[in-house]
Amino acid sequence: MDFVAIIIAAVVVGAVGIILGFFLGVSGEKFKVEVDPREEAILDVLPGNNCGGCGYAGCSGLAAAIVKGEAPVNQCPVGGAPVGSKIGEIMGVAAEEGTKKVAFVKCIGDCDKAKTDYEYTGVEDCSAMAFVPGGGPKSCNYGCLGYGSCVKACPFDAIHVVNGVAVVDPMACKACGKCIAACPKNLIELVPYDAKHIVACSSKDKGKDVMAACQAGCIGCHLCEKNCPSDAVHVVDNIAYIDQEKCTGCDACALKCPKKVII
Amino acid sequence: MSTLTELALVAIASAIVNNVVLSQFLGICPFLGVSKNTKTAAGMGGAVIFVIAIATFVTQLIYYGVLANSALVKKGIDLTYLKTIVFILVIAALVQFVEMFLKKKVPSLYQSLGVFLPLITTNCAVLGVALNSVTNYSDKSFGMALLYSMIYGIFTAVGFFIAIVLMAGIREKIEYNDIPSPFKGTAIVLITAALMSIAFIGFSGMI
Repeated sequence: MDFVAIIIAAVVVGAVGIILGFFLGVSGEKFKVEVDPREEAILDVLPGNNCGGCGYAGCSGLAAAIVKGEAPVNQCPVGGAPVGSKIGEIMGVAAEEGTKKVAFVKCIGDCDKAKTDYEYTGVEDCSAMAFVPGGGPKSCNYGCLGYGSCVKACPFDAIHVVNGVAVVDPMACKACGKCIAACPKNLIELVPYDAKHIVACSSKDKGKDVMAACQAGCIGCHLCEKNCPSDAVHVVDNIAYIDQEKCTGCDACALKCPKKVII
Repeated sequence: MSTLTELALVAIASAIVNNVVLSQFLGICPFLGVSKNTKTAAGMGGAVIFVIAIATFVTQLIYYGVLANSALVKKGIDLTYLKTIVFILVIAALVQFVEMFLKKKVPSLYQSLGVFLPLITTNCAVLGVALNSVTNYSDKSFGMALLYSMIYGIFTAVGFFIAIVLMAGIREKIEYNDIPSPFKGTAIVLITAALMSIAFIGFSGMI
């Protein structure tokens, strides 16, 4: 056996390793980037999903922005008030109190209630419906298409299509807003987690057209508006809106609604 | 053939005809892993071009300066068989160093390439380029070998860029297709890669 060759090989590779290790160690010291310790502390508190719901490129982007003072401490929609107050402690400012919000799909016209014009067997994607006659098989032009673009967009597995309509699981929803951006029908909205009543329809069609298309559609009959004791419900463009600030949760509108779209 | 024509041929051959991913099957893991959308794929491709250019230069210097040093060869000590392990060490350390350097000195470039740099440490295309150029151009003089290797390396990386961006474009469209469940996920991506590879064989008669 040629021991000299083995030793030479070991020495060369060892020397290369030592030189490189030394070189990396030195340059690691030399090119050390000073990171604000608060930035790392904030990054630990943030959820770390990198969902981008705050409008920055991931959690580290938001942490940097908060330290610079460009973003408020409660900017993270996912962490909400608890994370906001923790970051407030790190930054030494009081977090502005924010209410926990969740996404809500303003349509309950599922396969049993909403009529369809034809059977559709194509691409399973809501945005593809723009190229389909009548904007999708559903008779209602405003309703949930049920092809799950929002489901694909959700990073928290909080939204699912149940019986042809997307439904948000309020426990799992972190209000990051991904589904809102994904929905081509603009059906999804952030509502307070503890909202008493929400109008679960978005149709701006006249009452007669809504009746023809869906059993669970707001027909704009103004019954809710007339019966609300606190002036919280208004019908605009044939669809009822509830002002969550004024709503007291008296159930008057929900009880009177002939179509049971106020839930 | 003049040197310039030869260099042009080397460039076309390494970028398209012998495409590093689709004909030589090097660098498959980033090709499959980071090709979900065109923007990140282009970022990865750009980072690979950057790293391969630097890595080729440094590994060639080390090969001709240390391993195949003429003074050593005259004494009868041939260290060229150590090239693989030495190149692995050098490339890994180099990528780490480049990452540190960019983070400190060129933060804007670090922002756009930063996440991809650690991934490239283990990209076999980088090592493949270094080893291939040593095998192919070691009969030339030092300066010529360096020039040829640089051209070969950069255009191989351009080939990688082309392949990964094409792949990402196709995968963005695949998202909307109704794929039979056994083929969903990686399976359809591998089939796509195979079809692309067959398409690139069409270039083989060019040079």
